[in-house]
Amino acid sequence: MSRLDNLARLEAESIHIFREVAAECERPVLLYSIGKDSAVLLHLAQKAFYPGKLPFPLLHVDTTWKFREMIAFRDKRAADLGLDMLVHTNQEGLAQGIGPVTHGSRVHTDVMKTQALKQALDLHRFDAAFGGARRDEERSRAKERIFSFRSAEHRWDPKKQRPEFWDIYNTRKGPGESIRVFPLSNWTELDVWNYIRRESIPIPELYFAAVRPVVERDGALLMVDDERLPLAAGEKPQMRRVRFRTLGCYPLTAAIESDATTLDGVIAELGASRVSERSGRAIDHDGGSSMEQKKVEGYF
Amino acid sequence: MDDTPAVAALSDKLSLASVEAPTLLRFITCGSVDDGKSTLIGRLLHDTGNIPDDQLTRLSAESRRWGTQGDHVDYALLLDGLSAEREQGITIDVAYRYFGTPRRAFIVADTPGHRQYTRNMATGASTADLAVLLVDAQKGIITQTRRHALIASMLGVRHLVLAVNKMDRADYREALFTEVAGDFIAFAARLGFASIVSIPVAAKLGENVVHPADTMPWYEGPTLLEHLERVDVRETLEALPFRMPVQLVSRPTPDFRGYAGTIAAGVLRTGTRVSILPGDSTAGIARIVTADGDLAVAVAGQAVTVVFDEDIDVSRGDMLADAGQPATVTDTLETSLLWVSDTPLDPARAYLLKAGAATVAARVASPNQGIDVETGALVVMTSLSMNEVGRVAVRLDRKLAFDTYRRSRGTGGFILIDRLTNDTSAIGLVEEALALVDTPKVAAGRWPILTGETAWRSLTKAFCWRAVGSLGTIVLAFALTHNRGLAALIGSGEVLTKIIIYFLHERVWARIPFGVTRST
Repeated sequence: MSRLDNLARLEAESIHIFREVAAECERPVLLYSIGKDSAVLLHLAQKAFYPGKLPFPLLHVDTTWKFREMIAFRDKRAADLGLDMLVHTNQEGLAQGIGPVTHGSRVHTDVMKTQALKQALDLHRFDAAFGGARRDEERSRAKERIFSFRSAEHRWDPKKQRPEFWDIYNTRKGPGESIRVFPLSNWTELDVWNYIRRESIPIPELYFAAVRPVVERDGALLMVDDERLPLAAGEKPQMRRVRFRTLGCYPLTAAIESDATTLDGVIAELGASRVSERSGRAIDHDGGSSMEQKKVEGYF
Repeated sequence: MDDTPAVAALSDKLSLASVEAPTLLRFITCGSVDDGKSTLIGRLLHDTGNIPDDQLTRLSAESRRWGTQGDHVDYALLLDGLSAEREQGITIDVAYRYFGTPRRAFIVADTPGHRQYTRNMATGASTADLAVLLVDAQKGIITQTRRHALIASMLGVRHLVLAVNKMDRADYREALFTEVAGDFIAFAARLGFASIVSIPVAAKLGENVVHPADTMPWYEGPTLLEHLERVDVRETLEALPFRMPVQLVSRPTPDFRGYAGTIAAGVLRTGTRVSILPGDSTAGIARIVTADGDLAVAVAGQAVTVVFDEDIDVSRGDMLADAGQPATVTDTLETSLLWVSDTPLDPARAYLLKAGAATVAARVASPNQGIDVETGALVVMTSLSMNEVGRVAVRLDRKLAFDTYRRSRGTGGFILIDRLTNDTSAIGLVEEALALVDTPKVAAGRWPILTGETAWRSLTKAFCWRAVGSLGTIVLAFALTHNRGLAALIGSGEVLTKIIIYFLHERVWARIPFGVTRST
């Protein structure tokens, strides 16, 4: 193994996982969320099947609260690469006007992400879904297998996980059951950035510092992306030099002040950072085991 | 910017473009429940600057609520990611943590100490280069220590660190450390580790974890982190004969036909010939295709797509192997199984065996021997339940290519899947791939045969013995009676009865374990 460095070993492991799913599952799908991890996931998938095309479609669960730049980026990538990109929105939730501002992060995430994802998976009868989650993101994810089984109701049972040995994966499942597959399980945030730099993978500009309109609430900087973010009396958007460490629904994802306008800058800033990646995500702060609970309910 | 190692790692990478990229070390921590595994990992992460501030804040809040360490931070809460684990205060499943220093990237699997979660420890061990085994200095080597060392060795973990912990409570006594380390080496020497290093530590205080301790001036070896950074785990995978299980057949266009897979062992060069197993054809390598361009040489661990110089029929599950040193093609395996399912082994049940990219139906016999995972001794065992290790014969419904696990981790391991429940039932290691064309049927009876003797052999022995024995009887009877007729009658009279008695006697003894030794 001496000739393969850390990133080369991680890349080979991910490619192996993609190929195994393509060989053993009937209807795989790649869950694409537009962020940096999805960008790496897509890049690895393309490498896995080169010189062939991706043998499965991509699925974006659109909550309608993504930054406008993210949607533009998604559509451009799909066109440039000739991807089969499916977009699903929970139409019932949309009709009821569910949103993070009016209903809070918990209801919004449940209806527009978790329920929407289940609808889309059931609609297309996907039996395996690739996700870009990494074990270093959150402590319940640190416990999850690379091949993670879901009941017909999409529930995760953390106490009944199949043991996973070497790179031999048991992909067998009963009727209605499905697998969430995490090819980036063993990657860290730093690995992802180093790989993006090494492979020149395109990512949205929101990851790089620029002067953007923001308001400060409870110490978090929220970007005013459109008129849907209601401003309190006397609250005025200020122009600050910010960027995003992770990208989610825009009122739920805080920006950080930064001067990092290049990949080298972002990587240097990451090394100096003393807070974890998802600290800017509102949905992670709904209680000590909130991520585990969301996953049990079917969240990715 | 502060001066944590993580920052140092980055500035190194940014300023020194020529510096060698960090290598990856996968290791597990194991040992008994209260020996301080989580505290040790917590210390490693903390003292290398790999715990973000917001996680530290939450950790101290949760330590007050759930913690078992008094006023100290309870690092177990950092790793026990499931709510059930935090509530019960035990580790149930493997937790993976990631950290880095300028020299190396580390993936550490914190594995449960409780006996009932041995299978989860095996999950971590199957991909680990190294195991850190903790013992409490005052308790010394206990059965859990031996069990974990044994399973690590069985699953091919090559390097071992014995971390003798809680030295602070043992007054940092050198004699005690030397005694514990000596006891362990006496036990572990025969387990075949490539290296065993013993380090005295006090995990709670961080002594000899990342920073050296001045409380133990008598210890002149490396700290745990120094050893983890320096230990040479470069596997000899590249020195092994070439092996690659075919994962996918790639036919994107009519004029491209490639075979995708991850190289399990050895080196692949264009222009060489490989065997396509389990069949008997060979073919030349025309191209080694990757998305980054064609390669002239590819090594173990790389995921590639191979193009042959002729049209040849290859399917998923076939193995490409060095034509000069191919793997053994067989349908009969002698294996060690670690049972990981709640449902015990049932020889009447249908199992699937998955090895590499191949999945085949398998018949699994009852074990005739097992390994006592606490002493390492071979013991008589006739059934196999969760967390037990048995020596078991497996018969496949078609032939596949295997190496022994001892020789090649990538092509000598397999899993057994229960056909009814789809659960993973066992992790298996090939001890011997029997290259026999016509092998004896695997006994599935309730009273297994230990000597490997077939009924035909026992019967032939009975006839043979009777011919020799009866001739002797006739000679003796004639010498005593001087009557040929009487001597012939006595001799022939016993022929029939004693053939039957001898045969039955043989078949019974074939099932009695007393005095049976086994060569492996």
